[in-house]
Amino acid sequence: MTNHLSRRSFLKSASAAAAASLIIGFGPDKVLAASDGISEFTPFIRISSDGVVTAIIKHFECGQGAATGLATLIAEEMNMPLDQIEIEFAPADGTRYANLLFGSQGTGGSTSLANSFMQYRTAGAAAREMLITAAAEQWGISHETVSLDNGQLISGSNVLSIGDVAGNAAQLNVPAEPTLKDPSEFTVIGNPNTGRLDNAAKTTGTAQYAMDIHLDGQIAAVLLRSPRFGGTLVSMDDSAASEIPGFIRATEIPTGAGVVVYAQTTWAAFQARMAISAEWDFSNAENRSSDQIKSDLLAAVNSEPEHHAKGDRTATEEALNNATQIIEQEFFFPNLAHAPMEPLTCTIAPAENGVVLYDGCQSPAGGQAALSAVLQIPAENVEVNTLYAGGSFGRRSTATADYHVEAALAFALNGGHQPVKLVWSREDDLAGGYYRPAVAHKVRVGLDENGKISAWDHRTTSKSIFKGSPFEAFLVHNGVDHSSVEGITDTLYDLPGQFVGLTDDKTPITVSWWRSVGHSHTAFVMECMMDMAASAAEQDPIDYRLAHLTQGTSDQARLAEVLRIAAEKSDWGRNLQNDRARGIAVHKSFGTYVAEVVEISQDDSYVQIEKVTCAVDCGVPVNPDVIKAQIESGVGYGIGHAMRNEITLTDGEVDQFNFPDYEPLRINDIRAIETHIVPSTEPPSGIGEPGTPPASAALANAIAVLGMRVTHHPMNKNGVDFA
Amino acid sequence: MVTSLMINGHRQEIDVPDGTPLLWVIRDELKLTGTKFGCGVASCGACTVHIDGQPTRSCQTYIEDVSDAEITTIEGVESEVAGAVHQAWNELSVVQCGYCQSGQIMSAIGLLTENRTPSVEEIENYMWGNACRCATYQRIRAAIQRASEILEA
Repeated sequence: MTNHLSRRSFLKSASAAAAASLIIGFGPDKVLAASDGISEFTPFIRISSDGVVTAIIKHFECGQGAATGLATLIAEEMNMPLDQIEIEFAPADGTRYANLLFGSQGTGGSTSLANSFMQYRTAGAAAREMLITAAAEQWGISHETVSLDNGQLISGSNVLSIGDVAGNAAQLNVPAEPTLKDPSEFTVIGNPNTGRLDNAAKTTGTAQYAMDIHLDGQIAAVLLRSPRFGGTLVSMDDSAASEIPGFIRATEIPTGAGVVVYAQTTWAAFQARMAISAEWDFSNAENRSSDQIKSDLLAAVNSEPEHHAKGDRTATEEALNNATQIIEQEFFFPNLAHAPMEPLTCTIAPAENGVVLYDGCQSPAGGQAALSAVLQIPAENVEVNTLYAGGSFGRRSTATADYHVEAALAFALNGGHQPVKLVWSREDDLAGGYYRPAVAHKVRVGLDENGKISAWDHRTTSKSIFKGSPFEAFLVHNGVDHSSVEGITDTLYDLPGQFVGLTDDKTPITVSWWRSVGHSHTAFVMECMMDMAASAAEQDPIDYRLAHLTQGTSDQARLAEVLRIAAEKSDWGRNLQNDRARGIAVHKSFGTYVAEVVEISQDDSYVQIEKVTCAVDCGVPVNPDVIKAQIESGVGYGIGHAMRNEITLTDGEVDQFNFPDYEPLRINDIRAIETHIVPSTEPPSGIGEPGTPPASAALANAIAVLGMRVTHHPMNKNGVDFA
Repeated sequence: MVTSLMINGHRQEIDVPDGTPLLWVIRDELKLTGTKFGCGVASCGACTVHIDGQPTRSCQTYIEDVSDAEITTIEGVESEVAGAVHQAWNELSVVQCGYCQSGQIMSAIGLLTENRTPSVEEIENYMWGNACRCATYQRIRAAIQRASEILEA
């Protein structure tokens, strides 16, 4: 990516469109099927007079491959090789660049391909038809004899570059319903060898991340925040900071949220912050320690649930009373930080009518709203310059737009006259909240005389992510935050007599969506319980699962298929040596079905993960290699955290300081991951998150074969030694 | 305090206090942003540069200690090994978010310069300190093997 398209340069290029370039769908008179609604007003393609096709990417790129994916859709419909497409991130514009599943501009919930699949293909097809029509008019022949291939318009011996006709094509009406290619003609979609479009930039150090922004006159800002969640600033003393070269000033945030420390450089800001002391009011803070928090959560799942999320409690109790066997188990999951490799950062710079936000921006809508509210300027005067994001896993978008608000405060408290770059350190990141909530579950499963499940009583407790957020109306119904119970209440298994109770935890610890959200713990519980039930029924874990997928629905059939493929590809039936074991788990999340078999070895009690065999059905596989990469990534993320990560508190203060006590997955932890993609013609579904949920469950189920059922995370603090 | 540094073959005068980590000089003073800040405590490897050819964590390297050294960042790395590593990284589409990859590549070049045919165990031992939160490890392993193949061809 060479130039980031600012909104201003975009408008400028739009006015010059007739002369030099074609912008599909831009402007009120050049819209894609305007009558169908705002989504089709969006400009996704730019063609320069020298024939360069640029895909405007409405989603951010945090590694999940969305930029490559969206460009693939355009390349396919324009009959171009993917590597001939340039990519640029879209400016903030909730009208043109909304996520069609959110109704506002943003990335999340593994929706990038799902919501863009038809939109970007339609844009590509419209461009193709307009270019063909323009060439046909130039040659004075019927458009039916003209074809577009590899950037060339061809009719018999006539050949034109698309750049030659782009100007004229831009004058044509945009076809409302261009003809999309038949999937049988796809050569780019589904091609496993296309590569990623960000390979070159990310292997040469030239990819620009928000952390890399250096504007003229820019200063650095770091925040001194309350060491306990919910604490407020009483006073601070910055006298020692003046000794730090480069230190500019320390300013109390009027809300009591903390102190902004300004310096000429990032390093000076970090140094100065260490020299500042502060007093805090912890009267409304989380002052408990993790042992207490854990026992409070476990107590909650052994008490009357606050909300009934599914089923009839009395009927389930009766079904349990009639069961031949009952399996009962508690589970616990700690808070987890996302810890993306690039610590949080963004820069706000003054502009003529407002400001520019430089950010690896997961939610331009959220960023605009936050800056608009703090700076008291209209949202449309907040220009967003989206850069590559160094990972996110959900962290770069929160319901409160936390770091955008901080950056806006830092910018405003400095007078608003110069660019201010907010930087979080790794220590800020691990202590900074917006964690995966800490969660407890208690499940009682009843089996009938044949070993089949006849009752399922499930209680869970965690802090609601969506209550109080702008998305509350969509995700909270009858007091139940769906993200707290997703993967349980909508299980695909036949579970007669299922009751699900939920109690909201009210801790001041901030929580947010963490890769796969509720599924990050519910899949573990469901799939461990299914394994325990299979074991109690003395049945093979895969046969047992299949025996609870008997309704003949497409959903169940797709889940069963990934189970069968994972079993076959992992050679499930073969005998293992005594020091080896394997476990399976399967889960649907974000519309995608994933089964994973984890094979482990044990040497002198140390467990080594030898191989993870995965089967995934995510609908039409748009970029098979990106799908494999996301499964590899999701497996690593799920397993790495389950093995050894937790955020804990002592008297309200986070114990983990930096990576040495939040040890990331390392290169030797998983020896091999193999992914098999189910061919499909269903619409594409999510891929960034669905690899995560089953991974730790499959690991636990493998460890259980060696004789230990681990139900509390992290596993290394609960009896499992890893090699 | 003015220090003279040799970075990517160019000598540069830098005016920063002693004790300033090389990482922040490279990033904030010289604006060579391919070298990344990930942890600041030498536990993630995102800041890896070569000092006299040796992969080194620049976040724990102080400016006053490297004035006589040849420093190479991702922007300046050029060698037969570097070419093979870049080719392999591209062929295998190793990157995801990409933020750690400058460091991964600088370490991989260090490994293959020392040992052109590393075993899997040698790869894992050498690369252990380079964290990747996207967990691209399987491809890093494979890309180092592929680069080795390219070098041996």
